[in-house]
Amino acid sequence: MIRLEKVQVGYDGRLVLRDLDLEIAPGEIFGLVGPNGSGKSTLLRAISGRLSPHDGVIYLDCRRLSELSPRELARQVAALEQEISCSFDFTVREIVELGRLPHRERWQRLSDRDHQIVTRALTLTHALEFADRNIHSLSSGERQRVWLALALAQEPKVLLLDEPTAHLDLNYQIEIMDLIKSLAQRDLTVLVSLHDLNLALHYTDRIALLSEGRVIAMGEPERVLTEDLIARVFRTRVRIVDGTGESYIVPLRSRQGVCP
Amino acid sequence: MKGFWALSSLGVLLLGALAVGIALGAVPISLFDRDPTNLFILTQIRLPRVLLAALVGGALALCGAVMQGLFRNPLADPYLLGIASGATAGAALVIALRLDIYWGAVPLGAFLGGVLAVAIVYRIAQTRWAHLDNYALILAGVALAALFSAVTSFLLFYAGASHDARRLIFWILGGLGGAQWVYVFGLLGTLLVAGIIVLLFARDLNALALGEEMAAHLGIEPRHLRKTLLFAVTLLTAVAVAVSGTIGFVGLIVPHMLRLIVGPDHRLLLPASALGGAVLLTLCDAVARTVLIPAELPIGIITALLGAPFFLFLLRRRAQLGASL
Repeated sequence: MIRLEKVQVGYDGRLVLRDLDLEIAPGEIFGLVGPNGSGKSTLLRAISGRLSPHDGVIYLDCRRLSELSPRELARQVAALEQEISCSFDFTVREIVELGRLPHRERWQRLSDRDHQIVTRALTLTHALEFADRNIHSLSSGERQRVWLALALAQEPKVLLLDEPTAHLDLNYQIEIMDLIKSLAQRDLTVLVSLHDLNLALHYTDRIALLSEGRVIAMGEPERVLTEDLIARVFRTRVRIVDGTGESYIVPLRSRQGVCP
Repeated sequence: MKGFWALSSLGVLLLGALAVGIALGAVPISLFDRDPTNLFILTQIRLPRVLLAALVGGALALCGAVMQGLFRNPLADPYLLGIASGATAGAALVIALRLDIYWGAVPLGAFLGGVLAVAIVYRIAQTRWAHLDNYALILAGVALAALFSAVTSFLLFYAGASHDARRLIFWILGGLGGAQWVYVFGLLGTLLVAGIIVLLFARDLNALALGEEMAAHLGIEPRHLRKTLLFAVTLLTAVAVAVSGTIGFVGLIVPHMLRLIVGPDHRLLLPASALGGAVLLTLCDAVARTVLIPAELPIGIITALLGAPFFLFLLRRRAQLGASL
């Protein structure tokens, strides 16, 4: 689905990602974890076409990403920024309808099919009940569902999410991750950066652990997120404990044992 | 359907405002008057003036709505990037050089000054901040406006004559007293061209409400969008300023009022703002012409007197409803 070959990305000559090789399979939830500044967001920006690599190639379904027009790209890849704000009081439905933009010419109105797709996106994200409300009247968890509905209305093959659970309450975090999981089961490939290692452990099929612009480890989350590797990359000691049949990563409070 | 009703109501309102504007004036005339003097006043003075007021109001409100959407800022107006001070400086230069004896020289100077100001702002923002963000544009606009105002002040000081000073005050306060048919047709043509451009990009402005990055993820090229819309807005505002000076508040307030009535969707908001601006300025000009007969009040005073309190009233109502701006 997505393949990166020897990709180097940076801003103004400063390289953030070096020699990145990555392959993401269709229908997979692929997690990106790593400390702040390790290059998670930069990688997402490169795959969304907002940053072009200095070197190397990104393939989307065997086509070079750089060959796609912004509109073509938007029909295949939907991306959500970490923090989205909306100027002016648009309704939820009006916002989700924007997802149809890459599918319509600028003089065309939305067709019946477009409206069906919008309604389906709202239904899938459980946002239909507040579809006619002002976006600014919603809670942060509800708003996050609206952004997901917007992305789904694009009918993408790939969904790029940058910290979708940041700033959300615990219940909303679980709700959003469950939702993302159910979407991936509908043939959507999801690439998601996550701060929370436990969410990464429980919700992703594979993850890449990034540090200073390089992939330190890649594979199934249980194999990548080991006590040793986390200690090395995050410079914090953790214990992996079993509970209710799943593993949990628990940071140790004292900094006595911090690795050099 | 909401759009159809909103636009038709505004259209009817505009026809009413035009009728009021034509009927009122220093000389009472009915539309069906056949007296030659009155007919001359009607066709050569009042009609072009009323139509020019409607066109200027429509142009400014349309440009204001586009600028507010483009900069995602409710305080943006057509003069944000220094077009007003550029136009004033251009007009001042023409007057100071005594070129105003030539027909059309002052509007032309104003037009060129306004376009030049925006072009400089755009260039500075582009070279100074490689990727040209909105803050760079606004800051460069503020700096350039100060520079051009200094030029105007210098020219006023240098020229000195009271006649020149009064002509310049016309540009600063704005007015429709110089209306001619050629202005009407020039502005109408520009409004049609710029209006079609901005309407074609109205849906892109909706996406831009979510920020440039999100708009880009929806397949829009934000830089291309900004370039195209700034071009259309600059052209239209410059022509409006050239024929009427700088009339404040219309471009700021009308889009706000209509956003509260028809909602924020630019596909409806832009044409509604154009119609609403036309109604407002036609009525303001009618008031300006009639309150102090035979003298005439600068229209900028009326727009500010009517506009500012109405704006505050709307803000207050919004605050009571607990909605965001």
